[in-house]
Amino acid sequence: MRAILPILFALSLANLHGSVAESIQALTAVAGEGSGNEKAGAAWREVVKAGPQVLPALLAAAGKGGPVADNWVRLACDAVIDSALRSKQALPLAEVEGYLIDTRQPASGRQLAFDILQRADRAKADAIEPSLIHDPVQELRRGAVQRLIDATKGKESAAAKTGYLAALEAARDEDQTKFIQGELKKLGVPVDLPRHFGFLMKWQVIGPFDNTGRNGFATAFPPEKEIQRDATYVGKNGPVQWQAFESTDDYGKLDFNKPLGMQKEVTGYAVTTFDAPEERDAELRLGCKNAWKVWLNGEFLFGRDEYHRGQQMDQYKLKCRLRKGPNTVLVKCCQNEQKEEWTVEWEFQLRVCDSAGTAILAGNTAAK
Amino acid sequence: MRLRLFLTISLALGFSSIAGDWPQFRGPSSTGVAVDATIPRKPKIDWSVSLPGRGLASPIVVDGKVFVTCSSGPKQERLHVICFKFADGSKVWERQLRATGRTMSHPKTSIASSTPCSDGSRIFALWSCNDLAAFDMEGNLLWLRGLTVDYPNVSNSLGMASSPIVIGETVVVTVENDSESYALGVDVNTGRNLWKLDRPKAANWTSPVPWSAGANSPGVALLQSSKGLLAVDAISGSRLWEYTEGASSSSSSVVAGDAVYVPSNGVTALALQANNPAPAQLWRSKQVNPATISPLVLNGRLFSINAAGVLTAAETKSGDVAWKLRLTGPFSGSPVGAGSGLLAVNEKGLVQVIDVSAPQGAILASLQLPLKADTKELILCTPALAGDHALVRTDSTLWRLGNEPGR
Repeated sequence: MRAILPILFALSLANLHGSVAESIQALTAVAGEGSGNEKAGAAWREVVKAGPQVLPALLAAAGKGGPVADNWVRLACDAVIDSALRSKQALPLAEVEGYLIDTRQPASGRQLAFDILQRADRAKADAIEPSLIHDPVQELRRGAVQRLIDATKGKESAAAKTGYLAALEAARDEDQTKFIQGELKKLGVPVDLPRHFGFLMKWQVIGPFDNTGRNGFATAFPPEKEIQRDATYVGKNGPVQWQAFESTDDYGKLDFNKPLGMQKEVTGYAVTTFDAPEERDAELRLGCKNAWKVWLNGEFLFGRDEYHRGQQMDQYKLKCRLRKGPNTVLVKCCQNEQKEEWTVEWEFQLRVCDSAGTAILAGNTAAK
Repeated sequence: MRLRLFLTISLALGFSSIAGDWPQFRGPSSTGVAVDATIPRKPKIDWSVSLPGRGLASPIVVDGKVFVTCSSGPKQERLHVICFKFADGSKVWERQLRATGRTMSHPKTSIASSTPCSDGSRIFALWSCNDLAAFDMEGNLLWLRGLTVDYPNVSNSLGMASSPIVIGETVVVTVENDSESYALGVDVNTGRNLWKLDRPKAANWTSPVPWSAGANSPGVALLQSSKGLLAVDAISGSRLWEYTEGASSSSSSVVAGDAVYVPSNGVTALALQANNPAPAQLWRSKQVNPATISPLVLNGRLFSINAAGVLTAAETKSGDVAWKLRLTGPFSGSPVGAGSGLLAVNEKGLVQVIDVSAPQGAILASLQLPLKADTKELILCTPALAGDHALVRTDSTLWRLGNEPGR
């Protein structure tokens, strides 16, 4: 099935009227600030008019543009299915299923394929879902993991342990993992959460540098110019040096208040070396309620100057390319002037994982 | 006469909504008042329908249809627009897209926080993840924008909530937060920017308000922020005047007659004049404190609900308080009004009908909506008014309210 799928999709495209194929291209050609919207708006109607036979070609178009283009494609599928279900037209669900199970297809298209199946043939979607438990798409795993959790609930100790350990191996979402960890704890099985998620725990930190008037965010203090771990710099209150600090938090939170003292209007840096087993695409996923910036091997990835609006795991997903061997991760974290109780936090959590949220462990990571 | 004036100004502003429509947050002119509606004096539930996801966006009513937005999924990444028949609540169509921006929010709020708006032939839906989508009345997609894709630091980890408005051929959208803040004038036809203004870098949940000096005057968008109020030309985005004495970042201003009542230092009334000179202050009152609730003007009085649930009636000419009436709070949604009635719905689903023509105001009737206890859902939306009906929603349900027979 896998081998012939690309051919099937090519045939689907070839069988479409040329103008419909062009219309689909117009959907994926949309770009920033609404560029391409006029063409796409007209094209969308043409595509929808083509009816159910257009679905394989629409799936093939998923992932060809950006996330906004994927929504053009998704909404076209939505309208096609609506119309087909209303008029009791047959849908090419075998091809949709073939696309879904082909893990080489882009994540957005496979999510769309699963959604189509859920709408058009719920029984089929239910039958397939458990097989997605190790899927490379985080969201597609979720349902399968939940089924396993639900099936394990209430089982006797040994069976429950087996079930929850299997669920843990597959779980990538914080809420599901937290639930499984809680159940395993009751069964006397410890879970190494930092290792499960891939949080970076061992850091060197330096600070405080100044952040009076929130100006520290835009100020390039020495750690942004050089990583020299034996250097001494002028900080906000006197000389500052790098010092080792290891997080003991299950979710990898590095609290600057601990090594540097509880301070306001200050900037701290944390640096670590991540030893990647191979060169590969990855995500640095950050949670932080302070203003922050992140660099990988000296390359600025992203930053955001928002303070105390909330923090959660995987709040920001920074796509990157890891080098084989040592990679330098530098995090800047600014604390502002607010004095309320809920503005004490001066911290971040950062993990290295793939796009499914699966931890990428450093070559020198040891289990607890 | 009043209705004629309203219709004239509405047409001047480019509204093509028909009588009975409630096409955006706080109604036809973003005033919270419908001149052609009637508050149900003894409300009852006409119908209710289940919703596929969370939301505090108000329903809107356009041409016999009700439009609601929702968000669903583990991270609220699924965005819904649903069209129901106003008459019976039956579903006409639903569209679903995926968030392209961040979907983190405070647990009390959700990603479907911005009320959609309509120019009478199109629906413009915005979510907290800054996805902006335009549909025709039949659910055909017209255009899309992913504003966090375009401007990667446009987001608020507590959630965004400003509702867009339509002025002529411009959808006015404010996406303001601590990091990257803009006001955008978006072409209703193409979804492209007509203009883009840098805005104060500060969280802001208020909604723009339309104003026009008269039938032949250009439409103006009043953009509120913690810095004050900025008037911009809706077509060009050019800055016309600015009030800089600060304002609320959650309670939105209201325009009535030739004045705008700004939630600033209590409430500050500013005189609005043609040719756009900087507005003069008419009065300022700290006795009128709208907290997070947006005020409205009805029958020559300004009404606002404070954080303690006290409804204050103040004279629009002077700001003098005429009376105060304790309602049952707490409130997240703002009250709406028509004729001599106000309708306020508290977080726990208690609908309260207030007669503002009574000497000290009076609660005429109340109705407890059956909120879901298991999810502890709340009513956080501002109601919509249309005809003799009101509409409210929770995370799970949309209700149309009407009048008990014989009332």
